[in-house]
Amino acid sequence: MAPRKPSVMRPAREVAIVAFGQTRHQRSTDELSEVEMLMPVLHEVLAATGLKTSDIGFTCSGSSDYLAGRAFSFTMALDGVGAWPPISESHVEMDGAWALYEAWTKLQTGEADTALVYSYGKSSPGSVRDVLTRQLDPYYVAPLWPDAVALAALQAQALIDAGDTDEPALAGIATRSRASADANPHAQRGSSAGQGDYAVRPLRRGDCPPVGDGAAAVILAAGDRARDLCERPAWIRGIDHRIEAHALGVRDLTESPSTRLAAERAGVFERPVDTAELHAPFTSQEVVLRKALALGDDVEVNPSGGALAANPVMAAGLIRLGETAARIHRGASDRAVAHATSGPCLQQNLVAVLEGDAS
Amino acid sequence: MGKEPVAVVGIGQTKHVAARRDVSIAGLVREAAQRALADAELTWVDIDAVVIGKAPDFFEGVMMPELYLADALGAVGKPMLRVHTAGSVGGSTALVAANLVAGRVHGTVLTLAFEKQSESNAMWGLSLPIPFQQPLLAGAGGFFAPHVRAYMRRTGAPDSVGSLVAYKDRRNALKNPYAHLHERDITLEKVQASPMLWDPIRYSETCPSSDGACAMVLTDRAGAARAPRPPAWMHGGAMRSEPTLFAGKDFVSPQAGKDCAADVYRQAGIADPRREIDAVEMYVPFSWYEPMWLENLGFAAEGEGWKLTESGVTELEGDLPVNMSGGVLSTNPIGASGMIRFAEAALQVRGQAGEHQVEGARRALGHAYGGGSQFFSMWLVGAEPPTT
Repeated sequence: MAPRKPSVMRPAREVAIVAFGQTRHQRSTDELSEVEMLMPVLHEVLAATGLKTSDIGFTCSGSSDYLAGRAFSFTMALDGVGAWPPISESHVEMDGAWALYEAWTKLQTGEADTALVYSYGKSSPGSVRDVLTRQLDPYYVAPLWPDAVALAALQAQALIDAGDTDEPALAGIATRSRASADANPHAQRGSSAGQGDYAVRPLRRGDCPPVGDGAAAVILAAGDRARDLCERPAWIRGIDHRIEAHALGVRDLTESPSTRLAAERAGVFERPVDTAELHAPFTSQEVVLRKALALGDDVEVNPSGGALAANPVMAAGLIRLGETAARIHRGASDRAVAHATSGPCLQQNLVAVLEGDAS
Repeated sequence: MGKEPVAVVGIGQTKHVAARRDVSIAGLVREAAQRALADAELTWVDIDAVVIGKAPDFFEGVMMPELYLADALGAVGKPMLRVHTAGSVGGSTALVAANLVAGRVHGTVLTLAFEKQSESNAMWGLSLPIPFQQPLLAGAGGFFAPHVRAYMRRTGAPDSVGSLVAYKDRRNALKNPYAHLHERDITLEKVQASPMLWDPIRYSETCPSSDGACAMVLTDRAGAARAPRPPAWMHGGAMRSEPTLFAGKDFVSPQAGKDCAADVYRQAGIADPRREIDAVEMYVPFSWYEPMWLENLGFAAEGEGWKLTESGVTELEGDLPVNMSGGVLSTNPIGASGMIRFAEAALQVRGQAGEHQVEGARRALGHAYGGGSQFFSMWLVGAEPPTT
């Protein structure tokens, strides 16, 4: 059952990211609730555009009950948004990048001209390595508690065995990412952190993402509304996401066909990109994604430091879109690719092409 | 360029029961999806994207189950979105799928919602720990009972109205082969004699815990032209949310519900819902919510909803049938319950509702709500394509 080959999408409506905000990601935020962590970020993007909650056409968020340890955890955030008078609003139990996709779809229907997208995650109350095992097949795999680092290590070893990378190359990715993070005031881990000991062979601590808490928010706007709200909007020229089989045994872990499909449909390969923000929590996953996206050495990858510098689960994907947009806003990029992932070993991937108007 | 019209061309449900021990979660969802595909005479290859919804992950103990379910739903190589908006999620999920078609992002979309409550215990899953909720509010019934009391006090409705709704819905369920509760010996006296759980809500006025899934195939105008059976056309759809807890909230008739209905009616060109809508599938997990929502949705003036119920207007043979399928009171796989409302509304205007068909139904409303009455999603479907 081969899926039909996707053609490059031509969105009916031009939609842009016009504002982006994120927290300073931290190892632990015991003193803050999720809502308290999120509120400053919401206020930041609203202030940047001058919009009020009542001006927003559609609101969509992404989060996970399993991080909060309680059912319906997202309902309290809605109180923080200030949903009064009542708002048009939805929620995905996914990374905020997919909330952005739902909001972008809503804008494509013409039913809204602006959208507020936010996501947040606190990993500190529990052990995120253990929590993520609950994503796995509940009958056959989850009872064995294979954690996210162990699964990523399987993928890394497969890449090394295939000759796609080696441990020094992985260390190079880690070092480059952490050095980039020194210039990112929101990052959790910078160049002072070393590679460290093995976490799960062949991955060292430095090959793995830091565990942390954080939130992010974005405002989308369509057409002239975007031009009114932002000097140089980051236009979403294409956005698509694809999922792969769940079981690791039926996938070639050295490839990411879902990233490749999403990139084709989003139009990544139509023209060169100058920047890529990749949601690669593990160094070895950057190797897979570079190949799937056919990124050359001339492309600046993860100038923010990426998920190796800060990986607030459920927000890290949205942050990649936001970081990309922010670079376009300030003229540091003209055509960039943003990527988000979900599930074990890059099971599900979202790819967007963002462009600024020629200056 | 306006929106692409959205048509429902395939509907599938499982037989809802207390515990489906014969299937895994994957087996359950696949059963509903295959029935929806069969109804549309399509195969997995014809589906461009999958949108899945369910209520909290804690109900089955699987975090983000869409990852594990990708294979079972033929989603490999396709986009898959997971929606979660509490009890309204089944409706919201259908609307997100509809937007993919309306926005011309995809041509044909499979949407599905499920709950396999037997894998867990929703009663305690919904009893949030301190500090998230006040103590002694066991399950959803404990949360909603005071609001029912407020409704009775505000409107002067007699104590008997709740039992009338339960008696009607359980009788309607006997005509629906997919309904969970088939109480063949049901009588009004039995409802009224059932134990009091959360005063004034009696045992027989509450929803069951069900395992079940519901799926729909949504498509564009070209897809509808190829459909083997009459499609249901979406004439309006909307979501509205308001905060859970604040001083200005009216728990009896939330503003978000009123605004959501008004938006749907505006899109569908409906001025007088009481006369222009032929049938309603309404989210009524506790019997008293029928008269409450009749007012909230604009079918009755404030304080008058219970009179419609009492006079038999909402019976299957009445002038405005409500919950022809037996409703949430007879079938409640929580995450799927909203989508079942939407799908049953579509079955009615397609003329495919079997023994619980409302004769000549041309326009039907599907309604869902969730959280502490703070999330609403609704759609209005018609037998004819939309004109605007």
